[in-house]
Amino acid sequence: MIEVRDLCKDWKEFSLKDITLDVKKGEYFVILGPTGAGKTLLLETVAGFHIPDKGNIWIEGCDVTLIPPEKRKIGFIYQDYALFPHLTVEQNIAFGLKLKRTSKSNMNMARLKGIMDWLRISHLAHRYPATLSGGEQQKVAIARAIAIEPQILLLDEPLSALDSRTRDYLREELKRIKKEFDITMVHVTHDQTEAMFLADRIGVMMDGEIVQVGTPREVFNKPINERVAEFVGVENIIEGMIESNEDGITVIRINGHRIEGISDYSVGDRVRLCLRPEDITLALSRDKSSARNSFKGTINQMVPLGALTRVSVDCSFPLIALITKRSLEDLGLKEGDEVIVSFKATAIHILK
Amino acid sequence: MKKPLSNWSFDRVKQERIFTIFLFLGLVLVAFVFITLGNMFYQQLEDISGLIAAATDPVVLKAIGISISMALVSTLVAFFFGVPLAYFLARKEFTGKSIIEGLVDVPLMIPHVVAGIALYGVFMRHGLIGAPLRELGIVITDAYPGIVIAMLFMSLPYLVDTAIEGFKEVDPRLENVARSLGASQWKTFREITFPLAFSSILSGAILSWGRAISEFSAVLILAYHPISAPILIYEKFTSFGLRASRPISVLLILICLVIFILLRVSQRRRK
Repeated sequence: MIEVRDLCKDWKEFSLKDITLDVKKGEYFVILGPTGAGKTLLLETVAGFHIPDKGNIWIEGCDVTLIPPEKRKIGFIYQDYALFPHLTVEQNIAFGLKLKRTSKSNMNMARLKGIMDWLRISHLAHRYPATLSGGEQQKVAIARAIAIEPQILLLDEPLSALDSRTRDYLREELKRIKKEFDITMVHVTHDQTEAMFLADRIGVMMDGEIVQVGTPREVFNKPINERVAEFVGVENIIEGMIESNEDGITVIRINGHRIEGISDYSVGDRVRLCLRPEDITLALSRDKSSARNSFKGTINQMVPLGALTRVSVDCSFPLIALITKRSLEDLGLKEGDEVIVSFKATAIHILK
Repeated sequence: MKKPLSNWSFDRVKQERIFTIFLFLGLVLVAFVFITLGNMFYQQLEDISGLIAAATDPVVLKAIGISISMALVSTLVAFFFGVPLAYFLARKEFTGKSIIEGLVDVPLMIPHVVAGIALYGVFMRHGLIGAPLRELGIVITDAYPGIVIAMLFMSLPYLVDTAIEGFKEVDPRLENVARSLGASQWKTFREITFPLAFSSILSGAILSWGRAISEFSAVLILAYHPISAPILIYEKFTSFGLRASRPISVLLILICLVIFILLRVSQRRRK
């Protein structure tokens, strides 16, 4: 559907470095990366707002690199909605419809009404953008973009400016839109939860490069390098050395401890273990756990984060675990307590 | 319970001390303008017959008419060429941009007499542009085009600068979205960018128009005739003194004030 080949572009303080990317038809593709990675620039270049310095963009087999944005049939959603302030909600949504030469005005009106009903914004039709809440504005922006029946919808941090309740709600709406209108969606964000929730596939972008592409599972559990690991929330990255490896069952030596994982690295390799904090369980005694790795440690800090609590444990190497409030209460744990920390061998991702 | 602060209570004055002080400092300027013009109006009130005589004098009316209409022409020319320039300067970065911006603002900085002399050198009968135009039968000096050109030169920065600010305030992302929705660059400019910048452009046009009406020195050098209002006022002043020149001045200010207020009101309405 979208093929980006060796795309380079320098613009202001941002740059794209040899980006190659394929987005499949009907896919929800999320570009995940920190601020300043060039995500917006990539999206705007795909939309045609910038002419690349080098490389090509193909859409459905056509080279559109030099085609102006108005001929690309791509809807674009910005973080701050970018509604036309001098037009009413209805006029905003009708803007693209009116430009279509082929369509008839009564057909347009029907489509306009249909979309507004579907997104439940009909009651706002005659208001001006400045009088709407953030969530309402973003719905109008979405309605305006899908009104022209684009094949592709590009979304630049569409939920980042919203409060958390509206964000959760609109996240669901985005899924609904993709299903209903069968649009290929490319969504840029720095929020991992958003990426995990929405993406069929994720492209991780850093410093103007796409560094990893994969399903949310792959990206979150098997990050390609330490930077990606840190960015996708792997809070435990521990250095060690491979002590043995038999049929993939790898033993890594860390500070006198042995941790079992799965890899094909050879004995003597210096490696880094990645372990997500939510994959760690805490217990008072060493039993009933099927986990291969289990260590005694001391809790040195507990930080409540709402439903979860972030627990730092010292097992002669530091570990960070995310534990539900409920199980902490059941265990009756407090700072200074001794606990048994366990995690499965499969929860460990080993990087060289 | 604490008493809420009323709008001008002593507490409020203390809380907002900086604004109180700044208000008094600022009022010096307001008083300066008010006293100068107020005094002139007040003195004219004692000589209503003089004002009526001026208002019915065809020479005076013609001069004021020339000033207002030529200033309008000058503003339209500034608009036609200045709006595209402003949009370009607001959106594009290029080497030498500051030179162009500086050049546009030069008329703000040089003495108007100097500008008049420079214009005369170019547009006189043997001048760089004046000579070829004369071949075509167009005379600039001491003719209506001369008035317009002098006014244009002195007033164009006001329109261009304000329009640049206006265009800069229009988020380029609005233009991006419009184009993604299928609008061409022209259509985007017409339907999104220009309407959103219009209020600023109109402000600039009003400033530019006002500046054009008041231009004296450059017009004096380039086109003493047909006689426009400031020149007539100056001529009356040097030949017959304050009593003769004041009623025309008051009349000119009154007419301009009315037009100015009407334009401002219509601009507010639009917003």
